Amino acid sequence: MIAIVDYSMGNVGSIQRMLKKAGADSALTSNPDQLRSADKLILPGVGAFDAGMHHLRESGIKELLDDLVLEQHKPLLGICLGMQLLMDSSEEGTAAGLGWIPGRVQRFEWPENQKPLRIPHMGWNIVHPDEDSPLFHKLDARSRFYFVHSFFAVPQDMTSRAAVTRYGFEFCCAVRQNHIFGVQFHPEKSHRCGLQLFRNFVEL
Amino acid sequence: MLFQRVIPVLLLKRRSLVKSVQFRNPTYIGDPINTVRIFNEREVDELLILDIAASPSGTGPQYDLLEEIAAEAFMPFGYGGGVTNVDHARDVFRRGAEKVIVNQAALQRPGLITELADTFGSQSIVVSIDCRRRRWRDGWNIVTSNARKKWKQSPCDWAREASRRGAGELLLTSVDQDGTFGGYDCELMQIVADEVDIPVVGCGGAGQLSHIEQLFETTTVSAAAAGSLFIYQGSQRAVLVNYPTRDRLDLLLDTVASKSAQGSGEFV
Repeated sequence: MIAIVDYSMGNVGSIQRMLKKAGADSALTSNPDQLRSADKLILPGVGAFDAGMHHLRESGIKELLDDLVLEQHKPLLGICLGMQLLMDSSEEGTAAGLGWIPGRVQRFEWPENQKPLRIPHMGWNIVHPDEDSPLFHKLDARSRFYFVHSFFAVPQDMTSRAAVTRYGFEFCCAVRQNHIFGVQFHPEKSHRCGLQLFRNFVEL
Repeated sequence: MLFQRVIPVLLLKRRSLVKSVQFRNPTYIGDPINTVRIFNEREVDELLILDIAASPSGTGPQYDLLEEIAAEAFMPFGYGGGVTNVDHARDVFRRGAEKVIVNQAALQRPGLITELADTFGSQSIVVSIDCRRRRWRDGWNIVTSNARKKWKQSPCDWAREASRRGAGELLLTSVDQDGTFGGYDCELMQIVADEVDIPVVGCGGAGQLSHIEQLFETTTVSAAAAGSLFIYQGSQRAVLVNYPTRDRLDLLLDTVASKSAQGSGEFV
């Protein structure tokens, strides 16, 4: 069973439906026992960084996740804000992130000599995965995913970067550190490519 | 490279899918759920769903229907119609929509945009602006209530204010072009797109794919929306839900990119 962490940050029905299509049982839950019994975890999230961390701390889920992910090595996939929360901090707020993957989250800013692009980065864009990235198994160089965001993660260690996308410049759109994964885009809204990504996560 | 989006717009009147011409005479098309299912199979970029009966009748969003739509939609979709407060929006998001679209409610109370953006994030708040060319003077009026009510602000002023108050995207519709198959009002689209840094979705008038090509070539909008084009086939307006293949769309966007290589470079 895959547990989708329920911490009141955004709609997750589409993640559940996509997991079902990918052949996996899932539960949306904040119940500690259910989270403990899950094989894998998904940390979803739409909204502000500080609000996300606040909800994780208030509910006590943060401590539980620290244990499940760092001590028990359960695979976890962070999606959108859920990926950003894996980092140390964000320019969007002042709260400390989960800090599982060293690095920070930055706002899109354009060099002075460049025409500013519209923000948020919203729509379909090509994702270029690193070759050995299991999450992107069977996803080729034409894979398109749906993005909606104004901030992006900058991992300190370049080896934890799992994929890049170009918007004005190249930015990191997926991270990986051992069994911890994160994607900035929305696989649950990305048709076939998104389904393949969930299948890959299910089959890890 | 960020792709310009091509988005079917579905109009609802209660549980029926309808299509208007210049915002009048909504004609019954069919069942919205079937239509969403077909668009999902065609892997559309996104869907926008507008309940045109909700505001005039004063009813809130149709949550049951939204839930059914969400069950078929493995792509982003936005919903508008009857959303006048944060609670409505929360319930719409809970049913699975990515975006909430507001129009008249925001004109009546612009603070609504800020409340929604502060609660749910700008990226999920779309402000829809319906515009009609003025009869005796240059420029456009903003209209609501099936284009019966005129507003004082100019589309550009309102676009700027909506963006400043936290809108994450604008849906800009030309009432004059709606349902006519005559092509987009590219002039309107560009003057508004020039005013804001957020994405603008152009709507109204697409009758063939070349109209979308033209919109992308001559303006800096981020997406082209269309109703009739994707639900009718031919001049007799036979109902046929359709959407171009990915290869066809890639070809269209490549053509646009090559022609505008010297242009904005916006999507590089």
